[in-house]
Amino acid sequence: MVQEKLIELIAENVDCDASELNESTEFASLGIDSLDIAELLMTVEDEFGVTVEMDPALKTVGDLVAKIEEGRNA
Amino acid sequence: MSFRILGTGMYVPEKVVTNDDLSAIVDTNDEWITQRVGVKQRHISVNETAADMATAAAKQALAAANVSAEELDLILVASISSETTSPATACLVQRNIGATCMAFDISAACAGFLFALENAAMYFAAGKAKKILVIGAERMSRLVNWKERSTCVIFGDGAGAAVLGEGSAFADSVFTVTGNDEVICVPNYMGESPFWQAEPTQPFVAMQGQETFKFAVKSMVRDVNTLLERNGLTLDDIACIVPHQANSRIIELASRKLGLSLDRFVMNIAEYGNTSAASVAIALNEAVRSGRIKQGDRVILCAFGGGLSSAAILLNWE
Repeated sequence: MVQEKLIELIAENVDCDASELNESTEFASLGIDSLDIAELLMTVEDEFGVTVEMDPALKTVGDLVAKIEEGRNA
Repeated sequence: MSFRILGTGMYVPEKVVTNDDLSAIVDTNDEWITQRVGVKQRHISVNETAADMATAAAKQALAAANVSAEELDLILVASISSETTSPATACLVQRNIGATCMAFDISAACAGFLFALENAAMYFAAGKAKKILVIGAERMSRLVNWKERSTCVIFGDGAGAAVLGEGSAFADSVFTVTGNDEVICVPNYMGESPFWQAEPTQPFVAMQGQETFKFAVKSMVRDVNTLLERNGLTLDDIACIVPHQANSRIIELASRKLGLSLDRFVMNIAEYGNTSAASVAIALNEAVRSGRIKQGDRVILCAFGGGLSSAAILLNWE
């Protein structure tokens, strides 16, 4: 559920097709820079009501899903 | 009683450093800087101090306001990069322009000019001043690590000034401070005490780019909305927003989140870079002198930066 919603958000923000995204998609492969990721995280925070700290280990869609779920269970 | 702005001024060093010039110093290029920061060039001091730049901006603002230095009751300078801790830059400006009034500095990084305006408003409210000179002046080129490509491309040098007189333009303000030395930090020179045991720090600007970006956008959106709500206004009532010129991407995202088109924001970062406390003062000066801000306009100044500090001021332009 979180992953589907997140992929939807990424597709809207990054201007790509949701069907091209899955949990192993790396943000670096989307042609977006660090500020785009910061913007995406702000949208994620608004949508999911969690705080996501910046983390260099945050590389894939799956990593971000885990962060959101962690934040929700905190 | 609050104040109105009687006249504005600015000064930037003659030397212009383009993105191409920087690519000869650090591993960067025009495309990267333009896309990530929105800066095309910056003015960099070769021999002018922050006090020199502040003085030049002050003289221009005094002339525009038709106010003499002797009439001033207070000089406030916002700066984090001036060459002397003591005397305060405001004291040097006082000497340079031939004033005799009280003068002191305010340190609130990129939001400093707004903190100075707020302090000035208190002097007017208390009946302690009739004319105040407020300046934001920075020689940020002194504080950046010229080997660090992610920060040295952002900043520029310059000064902006405003002469304030009694009036009712200053309508409302909002200030937020959240103490934090991790997101943005500019350590001082640690000295050479033989007793000091902690690790030495580099006296250069250090920023966490993504956290700064988030903080900046959130602050701008929150502060502008707070002023609108508190004063029963909508964005349609605002002629323009004069934001701190930190990064064009910050202003662009704030524009989308607020739902206010980008052309309602005064932007000059492409030409000057981020001049910290001078940035809002310089942008305001350009907007006033170009006729963009007119009598009767409602204008919001907003800024954010090290502290972490953020600020927004609503002016009903008189």
